[in-house]
Amino acid sequence: MSRRTLLGAGGLFAFLLIWELVARSGVVEATLLPAPSKLPATLISEVTLGFWHQMVLASLNHYLIGLISGSLLGVIVGAAVALFPVLDDVQSWLARLLRPIPPLAWIPFAIIWFGISETAAAFIIAIGVFWINYFTAYTAVRAVDPDLIELASSFGHRSLGASLRKVILPAAAPGILSGLRAGLGQGWMTVVAAELFGITGIGQRMNEAAGLLATEVVIVYMLTIALLYGISDMLFVAAQNRVLRWQR
Amino acid sequence: MAAIVNLNGIAATFPGAEKPVFADIDLSIERGEFVIVVGASGAGKSTLLRVIADLLAPSAGTISHEIETRTDRREIAMVFQEARLMPWRKVSDNVALGLEGLSVSVDARNQRIADALKLVGLADYGDRWAHELSGGQRQRVGIARGLAVDPDLLLMDEPFGALDAITRQSLQDELLRIWEETGKSILFVTHDIDEAVYLGDRVLLLGGAPAKVVRSYDVDAPRPRSREGEDVGRVGAQVKADLSTLFDEGGGI
Repeated sequence: MSRRTLLGAGGLFAFLLIWELVARSGVVEATLLPAPSKLPATLISEVTLGFWHQMVLASLNHYLIGLISGSLLGVIVGAAVALFPVLDDVQSWLARLLRPIPPLAWIPFAIIWFGISETAAAFIIAIGVFWINYFTAYTAVRAVDPDLIELASSFGHRSLGASLRKVILPAAAPGILSGLRAGLGQGWMTVVAAELFGITGIGQRMNEAAGLLATEVVIVYMLTIALLYGISDMLFVAAQNRVLRWQR
Repeated sequence: MAAIVNLNGIAATFPGAEKPVFADIDLSIERGEFVIVVGASGAGKSTLLRVIADLLAPSAGTISHEIETRTDRREIAMVFQEARLMPWRKVSDNVALGLEGLSVSVDARNQRIADALKLVGLADYGDRWAHELSGGQRQRVGIARGLAVDPDLLLMDEPFGALDAITRQSLQDELLRIWEETGKSILFVTHDIDEAVYLGDRVLLLGGAPAKVVRSYDVDAPRPRSREGEDVGRVGAQVKADLSTLFDEGGGI
């Protein structure tokens, strides 16, 4: 095992130990800070009661719909704006106006338009993910070396479709993929907030539990999100490394 | 000998510019001929190649090709100064670029890639990434990519300009060998006069504003040539003298 792995595991263990000691010492009330040793039992009960997988599946559903639609639209619109100067001019003020609005500020409209529904949660997630991908795809496509586009056209690949396939998309792939990855994280951040308003999912379950001061349940779901994010990021990086194996 | 490409009164103008970069260029290149274009920077040497490669439309004049058009090859291929390899493609896939879109079977394509890489001395490098190659190797791949489409005319835009002196000399000799083996016509742009007279059958000097072909020199020296050879040196000295006269007249700096 490497030194880094050992120290990393040690840091995590020390954190849990201090947390456990503080919780057991009685300095802090048990509802304010539940001991980590109580968490496995809480997790088992959430799982056996059927809540855990129900909430995870519901959140995963909002997350995936929002993530996929927001990412797709963001990449397509961002790339199109970078390719066509007219669109670039049209978007310049519009993007400056809309982009700073935080995704959560859309919650009132999401609920008015879509009701307390899965669509509303997916919509909010999609907005945050859209802007990240919009700007990374825009920047990545703008940065494509025009010399390579000229090279491809000198060898007969002259249409827009051909230069997209042969040059623009592969050249912009590292930038586009880094945007997709950032969106992956941003999506998990918004998913919980979007569900606090009663849309079934992890966020809603956390809100319920907090109302009953069942703080150990809240922590179980906090860690669940960390786990889901960790898994999705790991899977993404594995896929990304395959696609970008030409990079050093 | 038959000309494979004829330029008649060709001019090129950059968008928004009033005066053309060059005008009234007449040039015909014969099959198997090695023609060099030299001239001050700004004389439009690279632009001339782009017009011939159909990357840029001429603002006046006509170009006629006397090359048989076939679907399994390209009549003209270009080699650029900075090699321009696609970093996301392996060496062999970079060489394949021009073959994609031609009607060539997979087997024939692989054969042509292997032949082209062998011709430039990189037979075992097909599976490498571009970033694993040296500057000289990258430029060899650029040449192989041009040769793979089996063109009649190879346009070369200062292909060795960015290389160190030793690599440049060895690539010049490689290019001469490849030219003799394949019988391709080459139109080669450089600002290195010694390179020009060592390689070319004919050297064209571009100058003036707009630029024209100021003078054309036949390099009669027999091949294989010596870089220090008397006849090569004589033509070189003449080109250098004319170029500095042009420079003094302010004919394009």
